[in-house]
Amino acid sequence: MDLRFTPEELAFREEVRAFIRDNLPADTRERMKLGHPPRKEDTVRWQRILNAKGWAALSWPKEWGGPGWTAIQRMIFLEENLMAPAPELLSFNITMLGPVLLQFGTDEQKQRFLPRAANLDDWWCQGFSEPGAGSDLASLKTAAKLDGDHYVVNGSKIWTSTAHNADWCFLLVRTDPNARKRQEGISFLLVDMKTPGITVRPIISIDASHHLNEVFFDDVRVPVSMRVHAENKGWDVAKFLLGNERTGIARLGKSQERVRAAVDMAREVNFNGAPLIQDQTFRQRVAQLQVDMKALEITQYRVVSAYDKAKGAGKPDPLSSVLKVKGTELLQATTELAVDVAGPMATPIWAQELAAMNEPDEMLEASSAGTASYLMLRAASIYGGTNEIQKNILTKAVLGL
Amino acid sequence: MDFEPSEDQRLLVESVTRMLGDTYGFAQRKSYMGQAEGYAPAIWSQFAELGLLGLPFAEEYGGFGGGAQEVMLVMQAFGRALVLEPFLSTVVLAGTAVNRAGSAQQKQAILPAIAEGRLKMAFAHGERQARYDLNDVVTTAKRDGSGWVLDGSKTVVSHGEAADKLIVSARTGGDRHDEDGITLFLVDAQAPGVARRGYLSRDDTRAADIALSNVSVPDADVLGEVGHGLPIVRRVVEAGIAATAGETVGAMEAMNEMTLEYSKTRVQFGQPIGSYQVVQHRLADMFMTQEQGRSMAMLATMSVDNPDDAARTHDIALAKVGIGQAGRYVSQSAVQMHGGIGMTEEYAVGHYFRRCMVIERLFGDPAYYLAKLAAEVR
Ligand SMILES: Cc1cc2nc3c(=O)[nH]c(=O)nc-3n(C[C@H](O)[C@H](O)[C@H](O)COP(=O)(O)OP(=O)(O)OC[C@H]3O[C@@H](n4cnc5c(N)ncnc54)[C@H](O)[C@@H]3O)c2cc1C
Repeated sequence: MDLRFTPEELAFREEVRAFIRDNLPADTRERMKLGHPPRKEDTVRWQRILNAKGWAALSWPKEWGGPGWTAIQRMIFLEENLMAPAPELLSFNITMLGPVLLQFGTDEQKQRFLPRAANLDDWWCQGFSEPGAGSDLASLKTAAKLDGDHYVVNGSKIWTSTAHNADWCFLLVRTDPNARKRQEGISFLLVDMKTPGITVRPIISIDASHHLNEVFFDDVRVPVSMRVHAENKGWDVAKFLLGNERTGIARLGKSQERVRAAVDMAREVNFNGAPLIQDQTFRQRVAQLQVDMKALEITQYRVVSAYDKAKGAGKPDPLSSVLKVKGTELLQATTELAVDVAGPMATPIWAQELAAMNEPDEMLEASSAGTASYLMLRAASIYGGTNEIQKNILTKAVLGL
Repeated sequence: MDFEPSEDQRLLVESVTRMLGDTYGFAQRKSYMGQAEGYAPAIWSQFAELGLLGLPFAEEYGGFGGGAQEVMLVMQAFGRALVLEPFLSTVVLAGTAVNRAGSAQQKQAILPAIAEGRLKMAFAHGERQARYDLNDVVTTAKRDGSGWVLDGSKTVVSHGEAADKLIVSARTGGDRHDEDGITLFLVDAQAPGVARRGYLSRDDTRAADIALSNVSVPDADVLGEVGHGLPIVRRVVEAGIAATAGETVGAMEAMNEMTLEYSKTRVQFGQPIGSYQVVQHRLADMFMTQEQGRSMAMLATMSVDNPDDAARTHDIALAKVGIGQAGRYVSQSAVQMHGGIGMTEEYAVGHYFRRCMVIERLFGDPAYYLAKLAAEVR
């Protein structure tokens, strides 16, 4: 046992940090420093820069453009990237679709989609949830009927993040409504979002942003060659994908970045006649978050290094639920801290208008963006399997109850 | 002790609830948000007709002769409906200031006009550098002949844009943090030198930043004694805390009802989610928190007129912390129990969530008042 990073890992961290410092476009950096989410073009541009360096397809094998890193190195990269803060790699492409195709895809599917996914030439979205199938995903109803060499898809998906940006969607559909178990009648399809019959309707979320969508499928024809894995075996693919999704979801670097932003602002704002940073209660709250972040950091490294050693097993670690729950609790606690520091400045939503009037006000803009981030991250304990569901998984898979 | 509302209070609640039931559905509210003022002037007139706008004023000023209890009950109903109209800023904040500090003439000029729905007001005290410190004022008022000239800026003034008249605090003496030397002024919102910039706040209401440059105010519009405005500001803020505590209770009730109902109808894994024990316990916690919060709203309401400064300040601080924490817990839980739908603008829960978030940091947040209470521990 040794909790220290090796000299190589430390050197690696330096290398990553320097690369991000030298290559992250300045306008992206400025927006994100103020706490704004990246725009589509920020994400695309940054992922292409990383991909050119060979750093985008993080967990993929070298032959498919992966960097050939250990899981520890990947974690270090993710942390540095979030702390910069820089746009995240598009998880739909990198942590979800990529590993799925590598595990279950045909050669043709891999050739066609992997390089483009790595370079974000295609923006993917995840068409899993439905109005009636959230936590109980296996109850999904969107139907695909075979018609010659096509499936004909009818139904609707909801909460489809960034579907309005997406070129392609990986979709769970019901191909056998009469299967003995619900999980046995599901298939996994790759769908071109430009196919006739697809309608995307925006859903505005409580942070006033357009991130979510409803997606309607009306006689949408999908070639059978776009099915991943066997017909009616889509649930295996989905389970594999969700396990991978959960590992990346802790986003510890984001929590660290939020705490740092809050502490920086606490130097500037007043509390009882002195800078907030001097308030002992505030300092203890930050200290407590540091305790929790350190515990998560080490747990995360434990999980990923075990994953490295069990290479090829392809089974998601049930401990990934720990990362999901603890990671999202921290995301919520740290964004809440940022909102509390901003105080009255956290409530207006006019920073952008101000900037448009050419009267930029960085403190107000950062406060407003911080509130948006807090509001959006109330969803962190809902998406990727709610935290209640994660605890159900834990009690069954780990505790055997 | 007696926790039951009187017959008159019950009737008041009934009529407000009935009126809001007819006019303030969630979809109707959305159309009010879209109006130029950010609320519905027609509803404001109905409030006047119902007597709500004169609720806490004496009958001689066209009021209803009610007190903090009536305000709490009405605010509770407003909290349930997420009322957008400037009742808090006009009736509670400005009303308290004028009631407590105004001369007979000022009261006569202002209170009946408020009660009749002819005058909307805003309380322009907060400044950027002050954050939550009430004594931290750098806006200045300088003597100029027989009047005053105001310079400075006020921030996040609730309904500052819609107001016809502002109550502005400014320094007539002393330094930035001094308790003495703050004076309140009645300022016409259209007066030369007053520049207001309105914007939407996270709770769907409008607020404004207000810049004052060279604003002339006659002596007659000084509210209260020159240099002794801070005690008035404190009473205004305390009234605001009590009123928004009531509003939070209403919001919590609404969220808890919606969540309970949702837990009975939302089916996952073949059962209503309310059949899962973890959901049941969360609902139980939300209910307990609501009731603890209601107790704190009562404490704030019953304390607000206590003439004993130390006791009143202490009790209000207790209530402010408790109600803020309660609103936070209930609203976060309500979103969580709804899953994805709770995250959307189309659904009411998120709007309650954000109103509670804003209320929590109006007049200071729980951390601020906890620090005050902590300093008193002996
Ligand atoms: C911001 C955001 C982005 C999303 N992005 C995507 C996306 O890109 N693609 C996609 O397919 N989906 C996406 N989702 C959907 C997400 O996966 C679902 O919201 C989630 O699975 C929960 O489903 P639900 O919203 O229907 O809530 P429900 O399943 O109805 O849950 C409601 C509440 O009941 C609880 N509950 C349910 N069942 C149980 C149980 N058995 N025991 C205890 N408690 C239970 C839940 O924990 C929750 O608190 C996104 C959601 C959000 C909010």
